[in-house]
Amino acid sequence: MARFRFRQPSIVPGFGLTFGFTVFYLSLIVLIPIAGLFIKTFELDWASFQRIVTGPRFLAALRLSFGASLLAALFNVVVGVLIAWVLVRYRFFARKLLDAIIDLPFALPTAVAGIALTSLYVPSGWIGQLFSPYGITIAYTPVGIWIALVFIGLPFVVRTVQPVLEDFNREVEEAAATLGAPRRTTILRVVAPPLIPAVLTGFSLAFARAVGEYGSVIFIAGNIPRQTEILPLLIVFRLEEREYAAAAAIAAVMLSVSFLILLTINLIQVWSDRRFGNG
Amino acid sequence: MLFNRRTLVLTAALAAAAPFSASMPAFAQDTLNNVSYDPTRELYREYSEHFNKVWQAKTGRTVVVSNSHGGSGAQVRAVVEGLPADVVTFPLEGDILGIEAAGLIQPGWQSEFPAESSPYTSTIVFLVRAGNPKGIKDWNDLIKDGVEVITPNPKTSGGARYNYLAAWAYELERSGGDAQKAQDFVAELYRHVPVLDTGARGSTNTFVQNKVGDVLLAWENEALLSLKEFGAGEYEIIVPSLSVLAEVKVAVVDKNVDAKGTREIATAFLNELYTPEAQKIFARNFYRPLHPDQVDPAELANFKDVKLITVGEVFGGWAKAQPEHFGEGGIFDQIYSKD
Repeated sequence: MARFRFRQPSIVPGFGLTFGFTVFYLSLIVLIPIAGLFIKTFELDWASFQRIVTGPRFLAALRLSFGASLLAALFNVVVGVLIAWVLVRYRFFARKLLDAIIDLPFALPTAVAGIALTSLYVPSGWIGQLFSPYGITIAYTPVGIWIALVFIGLPFVVRTVQPVLEDFNREVEEAAATLGAPRRTTILRVVAPPLIPAVLTGFSLAFARAVGEYGSVIFIAGNIPRQTEILPLLIVFRLEEREYAAAAAIAAVMLSVSFLILLTINLIQVWSDRRFGNG
Repeated sequence: MLFNRRTLVLTAALAAAAPFSASMPAFAQDTLNNVSYDPTRELYREYSEHFNKVWQAKTGRTVVVSNSHGGSGAQVRAVVEGLPADVVTFPLEGDILGIEAAGLIQPGWQSEFPAESSPYTSTIVFLVRAGNPKGIKDWNDLIKDGVEVITPNPKTSGGARYNYLAAWAYELERSGGDAQKAQDFVAELYRHVPVLDTGARGSTNTFVQNKVGDVLLAWENEALLSLKEFGAGEYEIIVPSLSVLAEVKVAVVDKNVDAKGTREIATAFLNELYTPEAQKIFARNFYRPLHPDQVDPAELANFKDVKLITVGEVFGGWAKAQPEHFGEGGIFDQIYSKD
């Protein structure tokens, strides 16, 4: 029993009640549906499960979904940190407006975003026509998928990094400068370390969202098997054939891969906390 | 959460119906849910208004028909999973067979209404850009170098299955019945497809709004509607030498109407489809009427003569064609597993 106490005694009562509620709620909202997913998968025998998750089409979709999501999340980390920096460190006209625009990808229904992006990036679209003279097509290629994922993932990085930058004690930077640290050292040794956990969180959120994204991607992806077909679409196909166990199997594999990647990110986070001591 | 058109439609219908039921409880009103496929929005909007008038004249009660549209695969799944459809109106028999298999519709529904429960038909034609710059005349022109073909995914779209089967039937006939040649032809055709949308309306948008592709394999009704909306100056319809008769099927969802007590109105809704007024509505919305003699001859001019094969005679019916061509590991899947 003693193990389930606060790490440090707290003066706020109600541990039993709140902890009980937390466990109950997480089970209801998260664990039960996911457990159902895995149980459904077990309706398949091993041979059919193996056939589903080793087929060339499944593997191609897996590579595409996770590859595009990783690249999109990495890109969002670079751009997102830059945008957060600009929004926090500089004061300029319409800063609040720009700040509000960041949230638009959250607010827009994903299908609307997908249709809008598609009509912009097709060869005759506003942006697509700038590229089509050079033989570059964006819509209906993996690049188009990547763009949709960049679009929906951007707010995650900005919104996780922004508050950390706002709370950042600038006197530490100044102290580093007065102690004679070159700018590069200041950035690498003073500014970057406290940002790492927030950046990693933003990355994981953007990545996780991108892997499961359907609505915005489906319009700009070509949906050609083994070329531009994403994993969630394969799940939809199986659902429409009412092959629920097969659909669950694909989802379970997706979830497991995502879980492994997110776990790795968490371990990096633990390491960085130890390394830079902001646990 | 998937983007779910059905939920949107239901929510919108409920929102629209709520003020009526709340403020005017004295008026007698019936409701009916018609679950249909992608391109029939305009058709059932007009038909529902017509049916409301007929029903009012007959019973003194108004009826609010909620029409739900989407790729037929998703719509079938919605009904199987509990969308309370009173009637279903789908582009092919295989769709309703799926609902029958789930136990919601009694076997033998095909003979419940005249003409094997098929009140109107359509076919597959080509829509090309003005002046037909790629010179497309028939199916074999679709696999010429540099021709891009737009068609939805047969896994999710009923219309796309007709596109696929029409192409197959064309090559089968041309090669004198060689199934391997037909398969190679269809495989080559799909190599010319840059994007597979999930439904017919999505493909039309890709071709018309986003200006992708040289030829759209389209429902005849969808092609004629595009011409009407965008003017004849932008697109042309090409009728191939051979196409497929798309036999639209309708059925009452027995289990749902018995639970809700709506069998009478559901049956009336489908029977009314066979009246001259309804046949005129079909022709106006570019569907081929069952009884052309009941329709203004001027409207029949839209429907060009074309040799039409049926899925029954060439493919042995939907119960056979569906798993063979479009099922998991079927011929369509094999087409994409070769390099």
